[in-house]
Amino acid sequence: MKKLLLALLSAPLLAFASGELHLDKAPDHSRDYAALQNGAKIFVTYCLNCHSASYMRYNRLTDIGLTEAQIKENLMYAAEKVGEPMTIAMRRADAKAWFGAAPPDLTVIARARASEFGSGADWLYTYLRSFYRDDERPTGWNNTVFANVGMPHVLWELQGDQVMGADHKLKLMTPGTVKPAEYDAMVGNLVAYLAYMGEPVAEFRKQLGVIVLIALAVIFVFAYALKREYWKDIH
Amino acid sequence: MASSNSEKFKTDGSVAGNVMEWVDARFPLTKMWKEHLSEYYAPKNFNFWYFFGSLALLVLVSQIVTGIFLTMHYKPDAALNGAGVPVAFASVEYIMRDVPWGWLIRYMHSTGASAFFIVVYLHMFRGMLYGSYRKPRELIWIFGVLIYLCLMAEAFAGYLLPWGQMSYWGAQVILNLFSAIPFIGNDLTLWIRGDFVIGDATLNRFFSLHVIAVPFALAGLVVAHVIALHEVGSNNPDGIEIKKQKDANGIPLDGIPFHPYYTVKDIVGIVVFLMLFAVILFFMPEGGGYFIEFNNFFPADPLVTPPHIAPVWYFTPFYSILRANTVNFLWIDAKLWGVIFMGLGVMVFFFLPWLDRSPVKSIRYRGPLYKGALAVFVVAFLILGYLGMLSPTPARTIVSQICTVIYFAFFFLMPIYTKLDKCQPEPDRVTFK
Repeated sequence: MKKLLLALLSAPLLAFASGELHLDKAPDHSRDYAALQNGAKIFVTYCLNCHSASYMRYNRLTDIGLTEAQIKENLMYAAEKVGEPMTIAMRRADAKAWFGAAPPDLTVIARARASEFGSGADWLYTYLRSFYRDDERPTGWNNTVFANVGMPHVLWELQGDQVMGADHKLKLMTPGTVKPAEYDAMVGNLVAYLAYMGEPVAEFRKQLGVIVLIALAVIFVFAYALKREYWKDIH
Repeated sequence: MASSNSEKFKTDGSVAGNVMEWVDARFPLTKMWKEHLSEYYAPKNFNFWYFFGSLALLVLVSQIVTGIFLTMHYKPDAALNGAGVPVAFASVEYIMRDVPWGWLIRYMHSTGASAFFIVVYLHMFRGMLYGSYRKPRELIWIFGVLIYLCLMAEAFAGYLLPWGQMSYWGAQVILNLFSAIPFIGNDLTLWIRGDFVIGDATLNRFFSLHVIAVPFALAGLVVAHVIALHEVGSNNPDGIEIKKQKDANGIPLDGIPFHPYYTVKDIVGIVVFLMLFAVILFFMPEGGGYFIEFNNFFPADPLVTPPHIAPVWYFTPFYSILRANTVNFLWIDAKLWGVIFMGLGVMVFFFLPWLDRSPVKSIRYRGPLYKGALAVFVVAFLILGYLGMLSPTPARTIVSQICTVIYFAFFFLMPIYTKLDKCQPEPDRVTFK
């Protein structure tokens, strides 16, 4: 037990040793419905086979300008009813046997990956563009943001093969099916969707906040006038 | 003197008057209203620092009300659901997404936790500025420190409930501190956890403590705190007793009825507070990772230790004191010294009324020694809090050791420097512009 405690207390030291993390800024598409819808499409196509988003219901996507019919038509490969959450068919025990660890649920991944180095979206945007070929890994892939990551580069056909150069910079060896700028834009949309999914209420929350602050400002005027009126007798 | 309440508070013949007379004959309603509000005479010179008592009460009520609604939907269950997520963690996201206005209630509660500590720290600092803990208010202060202790227990238990990585590993670090206690440490830790590791048993008992035991104690202590305050009367920024100067009716010359004067004034303070609260809640509910730690959006995983474990900001000054003890000394290892000093760092507040030997209460009439000591103490406390959030480095450890020495020197040298200090004479009447 004492060893465990010492390990815990010294764990932060190890974190410090890992040094700074340089993240690219993810584009802000929080109000861009086309980008969010495109991101949702990419998410259900590429991610929602191994990763669940089990707190997110399909019909919540009406938030980003889709009708339930559109959701059923375009995004529901793995569910029957539009009110169901985004779960997957793969069993966790199988996933663990195949990948070494079951792929995590991604509903709030964009919130979890935030840090002093940048937002969770920044982390994901950089991460999904930082896979490179590494023959020493069982999957053949490694990542500069998430060292020795268990996930292979799922989007590799799109991006192509990156390799680590002698200068510790990534280079595109074999081009993918889309141009690098297009790939970045696709990842930008996907990450925007993940950020939205992390807290679907975020946009409404900010709008409501403005109304609440205006209301409180009005109440303040009356509260202050009331206080002045009472206190003018006190000398 | 009339012998009973019903004789003292006669009806004026109206329906409302009749009802009140009926009630007053059976329950001291009008008497309590007068004693605690309309005829509780508070000094008229309260300043900015005097908002934080009523604000603490507001936050307490808000935490209880939001907590009641969260309890209706939250599930203290560490088992994994079909998607492989702990039920407790998933139930918090269920509140955030599927419960109508659940996100608002949850953010009010999570922001309220930090707001509670901000308000209470400022409230305690007010007491230190104006000597509010001095005779005859020692018991008010002691009840207050007990409230602070309950608040720490409440916050610690509550932080486990979302069952995220920081919930789990933060609790792991703190609970393991008990194992440093000689002889009984390991058994005690096992008894608190209810299991050999933090698990479902721990989550369930922390839920019970968080929603029943500690709030119950907290509410009782708050009542005792206010009753004791109203028995002796409020201190004020001049640190003098307004009850020494009374008019012919026995009402303090510098006192004004709490209601309506301070109710209308506190409403202004409450509205300003709510505006600041709303800015956090609606625009930055994670408080930049200080109010809701980012890592807590990963579900608790006993097999994955996060690279950096930091407690929430309000515990970090004491966490720094814990980590500042790095030397084995007198057959006691550094870890136990850390636990001892961390505990002492909180408990030392109990002794403040007797450590302070100054002839005056308020900072306004104290000499340079106390002013300097308090300023240095506040800076040391803030630095300790800041360092507690960071990973330790050799330089940071030395700074935290210096600040820990300052922290305790402030208290233990207080009998000396408050006696040596050159104080100014107190006025007879309060200063009021």
